[in-house]
Amino acid sequence: MTVIVGLEVHVQLNTRTKLFCGCSTDYRDDEPNTHVCPVCLGLPGALPRINRTAVEYGLRVAKALDMDVLEESEFARKNYFYPDLPKGFQITQYDRPLAINGTIEIEDDAGREKEVRITRVHLEEDPGRLVHRGGGDRARYSLVDYNRSGIPLLEIVTEPDLRSPQEARRFLVKLRSILEYLGVFDGEREGALRVDANISLEGHDRVEVKNISSYRGVEKALTFEVTRQKNLIRRGVPIVRETRHFQEARGITTSSRGKEEEHDYRYFPEPDLRPLRVADWVAGIELPELPAARKNRFMEQYGISLIHARTLTGDVKVADFYEKVAHVDPLLAATWVADTLLGELNYRSMSIAKVPPDHFADLLSLIKQDVVTDRAAVQILRVMLDRCAAGEAPESPEAIMERLNLGKAAGGEFTAIVRAVIEAHPQAVEDYRSGKKGALNYLVGQVMKETRGRADPRELGRIVTEYIETSEV
Amino acid sequence: MAGTLHFEPDDRCNAFITVCEEAPYGDGRLAGVAVAVKDNISTRGIQTTCGSRILQGYVPPFDAHVVTLLRAEGAAIVGKTNMDEFGMGTTTETSGFGPTLNPADRERVPGGSSGGSAAAVAAGLVPMALGTDTGGSIRCPAAFCGIVGLKPTYGRVSRYGLVAYANSLEQIGPMTRSVEDASLLLEVISRYDPRDSTSFDRPYTHQPSTDVRGLKIGLPQEYFGEGVDPRVAEVVKDAIGRLEDLGAETVPCSIPSMAYALAAYYVICTSEASSNLARFDGVRYGPPVDARKNWHEAFREIRGANFGPEVRRRIMLGTFALSAGYYGRYYAKAQVARRNVEKDIERVLASVDIIAGPTMPTVAFRLGEKTDPLSMYLSDILTVPANLAGVPAISVPCGTVDGLPVGLQLIGRRFADEQVIDAAYAYEEAAA
Amino acid sequence: MVSETDIEHIARLADIGITPEELAEFTSQFNAILEYFDILDRVQGAETPTPELSNVFREDEVRPSLPQESVLKNAGSTEDGYIKAPRVM
Repeated sequence: MTVIVGLEVHVQLNTRTKLFCGCSTDYRDDEPNTHVCPVCLGLPGALPRINRTAVEYGLRVAKALDMDVLEESEFARKNYFYPDLPKGFQITQYDRPLAINGTIEIEDDAGREKEVRITRVHLEEDPGRLVHRGGGDRARYSLVDYNRSGIPLLEIVTEPDLRSPQEARRFLVKLRSILEYLGVFDGEREGALRVDANISLEGHDRVEVKNISSYRGVEKALTFEVTRQKNLIRRGVPIVRETRHFQEARGITTSSRGKEEEHDYRYFPEPDLRPLRVADWVAGIELPELPAARKNRFMEQYGISLIHARTLTGDVKVADFYEKVAHVDPLLAATWVADTLLGELNYRSMSIAKVPPDHFADLLSLIKQDVVTDRAAVQILRVMLDRCAAGEAPESPEAIMERLNLGKAAGGEFTAIVRAVIEAHPQAVEDYRSGKKGALNYLVGQVMKETRGRADPRELGRIVTEYIETSEV
Repeated sequence: MAGTLHFEPDDRCNAFITVCEEAPYGDGRLAGVAVAVKDNISTRGIQTTCGSRILQGYVPPFDAHVVTLLRAEGAAIVGKTNMDEFGMGTTTETSGFGPTLNPADRERVPGGSSGGSAAAVAAGLVPMALGTDTGGSIRCPAAFCGIVGLKPTYGRVSRYGLVAYANSLEQIGPMTRSVEDASLLLEVISRYDPRDSTSFDRPYTHQPSTDVRGLKIGLPQEYFGEGVDPRVAEVVKDAIGRLEDLGAETVPCSIPSMAYALAAYYVICTSEASSNLARFDGVRYGPPVDARKNWHEAFREIRGANFGPEVRRRIMLGTFALSAGYYGRYYAKAQVARRNVEKDIERVLASVDIIAGPTMPTVAFRLGEKTDPLSMYLSDILTVPANLAGVPAISVPCGTVDGLPVGLQLIGRRFADEQVIDAAYAYEEAAA
Repeated sequence: MVSETDIEHIARLADIGITPEELAEFTSQFNAILEYFDILDRVQGAETPTPELSNVFREDEVRPSLPQESVLKNAGSTEDGYIKAPRVM
């Protein structure tokens, strides 16, 4: 049964101020209701004014997705009641959005390139944030923080072109990558992305899943829905066209029927604003290098593999970081960033933005000059990252190496250890001499253990072989 | 020169909702002048209710642009005047704080919705006041109370701080005893404000002139025909005759779209209002909502109890006009009708300078006389076209019928507020 | 013609409480007003008003927000800097 998915993605644009007023968007660590003015609090008599930069950001996205920008677009009111909505309507765009008809290329489940059609992008304001003390279901009232009210959102609507939960996730990862390259979005900020998904199985009615707020959540919610809908169909129960809510913590969707009111948003043009005529701005927008172009350039300029290039360019911050450290040795840098650093960061849920590139480049130099072994380098990196994560002053890799005595030891230093290991494992020596070459690895491993990884395994192999062959033991 | 004005009005007409007994003032062209402000215009630190219980106790943390400008010219803001709740009325009887009475006859309404401002000026409590005009709310009470009231060109005065009833139609304007004062007050409040995206940087700086020689005045048949009290029409025609004596010439004309202008007006203003008034839910301001209830139940309760019947009726009418299945027939159609009115008026004003007629079809009603909403709406027929077209219009007192004031309405081209003022000034001087 | 059921539906959409007595009264008033609005059926043309202004913007520059105290001052009920609102469940 073919799975048919379309997404409505809401991303917060990272302008300095809100969409319709001068309140700062940098509210995340602040007290509730401290980034609020008459406009975003919906005080009677206050009037909205359009943030030029938010419109420019929207156009950047439109250009990057190869969309048609409308000659004239306009803001409209979407009327509904909710405790987080200060005016009783949301200012959004309705039948005349900023831009229509775009595409994003992703890989399908078989690894082939495919195009996902973008129906439209439009600007709208975020509502306030509701807090429920004592858990959503049990709270006796809501608490409202209007700091988020009026943050500019770009809504990106796709055609129903996605064919699996995994594809939907890849789409979002790609979208995020593009938006971050364009400098209009910061995906690391809490609540910066929210998704509604329409999902149906071919020939059956469509279900809308709301309230998804992470990349992983999209895949989880859709996977749950596919299973749920398939089971209903198997049992002969018709799929009801409805809106469901994703419960992130439980990984399930629940029906909103009964809770949801009849919706009739009564859209009409926002009479306090004037239309946008910005189609001619598009020609003047200079797009930065986007992920696909940067991937190709990385392969060409640095001679790195497709897989590394793809990994390194997926996130603009990673790509920028790589370019700051590649001068040491592009191939070595690619391996260490893509294969080691990203894993360590992921383990710590840490942003690459916190890693000082010059220190990382120094670490690469130590590796390249053979001053440390790979294993010791990983240990040094871990210490570096833990310090950064803890907000401590960064320490240079050399200093860490010396402090923890992780420098590669000279061969002679190990002679005693090699002798002791060989003496302690006569059977392995016997095996090696009788032609079982695997025994050497065992012996080298034992020496490595004793030296806590400071020795280079290849060099150790040479020493051990030499010792066995020259000694009488 | 700055000081405090002690203000204790003998308010027998219930013109004020809030009186500022100690009103500070400063230097400027209005230094120490007592100015009353309609209670839908935000005043920092002074309760602003829009004549509604749902805003009782609400004290704005900011001044409307016009209030900032008044203060900058030294005016003393002496109080907030009574009005139809949220501007929704033609008599000031729908106020949540009791009706205002007409100083000319306290058995009668002062007109609305800026009835408090008109009564305060007409009773001599203040020399000037600010009103707002969405479909005649300055001109109607000006006519009924016998004062001057001007609705400026849409976009000429910032609406920042004006609590919206119907954003696309309304303007703040002066209500005064003389045309000269109206001119001065417009000059003060028309300074550009980028906070209102619909406003233009077209400040009014004009010295009224009585020279109307060669002025062409159009007399639309619709302003003198069916539905207009013939005695009112007669008084107005006499007044226009004065202007002819001064060298103006009159030509008959017609505004056929008047047939549906009023319907279009009511669809548009109620639609916008239904959305504008959605924010009054008792959460951020106004009487507190019961937070223990489900939101819809809680909102319905607070909105049901604190909006008066006319406001609820108009919110519901607008909700209906915008709702699925009816939008095309009402809201969308009303926009086309509005454009037709605009075109009709543009066409007429291409061949004449001013359109003249009565402000209201009748003199002031008795209190409680109009009980049926539709018959009340119908009395706005002569004032709404100027709002639909966004053009300036003034009402200037031009005589009486049965001892009750009649207003002469003069409508001009967009941004020709100066010409409208001049014509009114010429009449006023000639009649004096 | 609209019925009392229609009026109830509209009142729900608008979150407006009306009493049973008002329901009958509003329904008959609505019908009179809507009958008057029928005149719009006669409107000819398709043009709608087009605003003269477009591209009215402000620059992306931070302006001071209100002090928290001022934000909370007019609210009926607050808790730890938040404004209390009705339940959503």
